[in-house]
Amino acid sequence: MNKKGEPIIKVEDVWFTYKGNIQALKGISLEIRKGEYIGLLGQNGSGKTTLAKHFNGLLKPTKGKVYVFGLDTTKASVAELSNYVGYVFQNPDHMLFGKTIFEEVSFGLKNKGVPKEEWEERVKKVLADLDMSDVPLTKSPHFLSLGQRHRVAIADVLVLNPEVLILDEPTTGLDYKRCHQLMRTITKLNKELEKTVIVISHDIALLAEYVDRIIILKDGKVLADGKTREILSQPDLLIQSNLIPPQITLLAQKLSDIGVPRDIIKSDELSHYVCNQIITKDK
Amino acid sequence: MGIVEIENLWYKYRGLEEWVLKDINLDVKEGEFIIIMGPSGCGKSTLCYTLNGIVPKLFHGEMKGTVIVDSRDVSKYTIAEMSTIVGMVFQNPETQITSLTVEDEIAFAPENFALPREEIKRRVDEILEFLGMTDLRYRNPYALSGGQKQALAIAAVLALKPKVLVLDEPTSMLDPVGQKIVSDIIARLNRELNMTIIAVDHRVEWAAEHADRIVIMNKGEIVLEGKPEEVFNKKEVVMKIGFRPPQVTEAAYYIEDMCRLNAPKPYPVTLTEAEKWYRQLINKYKWGGKDEQEG
Repeated sequence: MNKKGEPIIKVEDVWFTYKGNIQALKGISLEIRKGEYIGLLGQNGSGKTTLAKHFNGLLKPTKGKVYVFGLDTTKASVAELSNYVGYVFQNPDHMLFGKTIFEEVSFGLKNKGVPKEEWEERVKKVLADLDMSDVPLTKSPHFLSLGQRHRVAIADVLVLNPEVLILDEPTTGLDYKRCHQLMRTITKLNKELEKTVIVISHDIALLAEYVDRIIILKDGKVLADGKTREILSQPDLLIQSNLIPPQITLLAQKLSDIGVPRDIIKSDELSHYVCNQIITKDK
Repeated sequence: MGIVEIENLWYKYRGLEEWVLKDINLDVKEGEFIIIMGPSGCGKSTLCYTLNGIVPKLFHGEMKGTVIVDSRDVSKYTIAEMSTIVGMVFQNPETQITSLTVEDEIAFAPENFALPREEIKRRVDEILEFLGMTDLRYRNPYALSGGQKQALAIAAVLALKPKVLVLDEPTSMLDPVGQKIVSDIIARLNRELNMTIIAVDHRVEWAAEHADRIVIMNKGEIVLEGKPEEVFNKKEVVMKIGFRPPQVTEAAYYIEDMCRLNAPKPYPVTLTEAEKWYRQLINKYKWGGKDEQEG
């Protein structure tokens, strides 16, 4: 068992070329440590999904090495790697096929040869972890709301208890409230169940609230990699990769001449700063 | 007189108990840029679909009230007739594209109306030119980026020269580059061609910067409606329905609550307004509450 903070995925100078000579990754090196909560960003075509698919062996590097829990992904099978890394695709409707939620979520267990007696308990546990205990197991997953279909798609993967969970744009199509409800659940998987979580997303303001580390890819290379605050407080860097910086950060930086910190990335941080100023000045 | 006049509109889908639209009243002036916002299921898409009659003609259900577009009672016209007045663009560009070249896609609707060949060609040329897509003329739509696909879906709708363009979450499936392509097109159609735009969009900061008017719906009703600065200055209503305002406004709300201070009104809703507002607020309280010039 790896301890928190130990590297569990190592990407060493990885190049990847799709058929037709399209270079999607051009020399990527990075490490992902156990228990990290990461946002993977970049415009379409930047290579983020290609990179993420290297983490579970769906794609193998054309050049370079990827090690997942010490296994060389060019040698290990996707089935073997799926014990460690779970991948949830963007559109839940591309994943869901079971007639009932139970059939849907237990499919992975069946596939892995887990004894039938354990299925119900494990399905129930994973649905509880995803804040879905109130939905009957006999219900069809296809008639759930989009937010709940996202959760069932996550359950499909989480039920196998992978160490690492990759979520490809998990909040697409959800409104503000449901986005945050889902991100709170995902955050719980990281903070309480200690899963390593990698979220692929374009929504900077959303990532600002949750993830600890951000990796930005551009043209198949790592443009930036660091703590969320450090990366998001560089609007130029974001604009360079066609991402939209948080409005509140732009405001804070416009006000830096009167002492407002440049690394504000959330609305309430600015409010706290201003209130502290006002209260201290009042005394 | 407005180009769109919705009066006492009620609607429920067949087989559902609950009214999806509850007594909607909305007037839209020609050339206005309106953004409709609200949580999933609030009725905003349904409202859009009443504008060209696909609700209730395709979806069925029970409808009360009137929808008038360009002086026509929508219930008395076919969807085909309405398509020359109201252009409708949906969330997923892939579900709207049917042709194998960009050119054919734009020509598709006018061909269906049996317009003369020369006229069709002229419209295709004009639209491609306006959208800066002339280079893509012979490309396969499926090989385009998400943003270009959605631009093409808009182009195809423009070929019938509608007066009103209705877009139901046109950017929510696109990446930031695609969002920018589509947002810029919408803004240009409004500004340069004075086209009336009614768009559903979740990007509140963008809406506050660009819309003439924002309509916020909740549970089938219009709960707030007005210029962005009017809408987001009704703090109690915004908070009550749990709607997130632009970040700069949200931070101003928090400041008022946190420091129990009577914040200057109106609250800022755009970045430019916010810079001024916060600068004044911080400077006012600098050096123990005395007004102080900065610098």
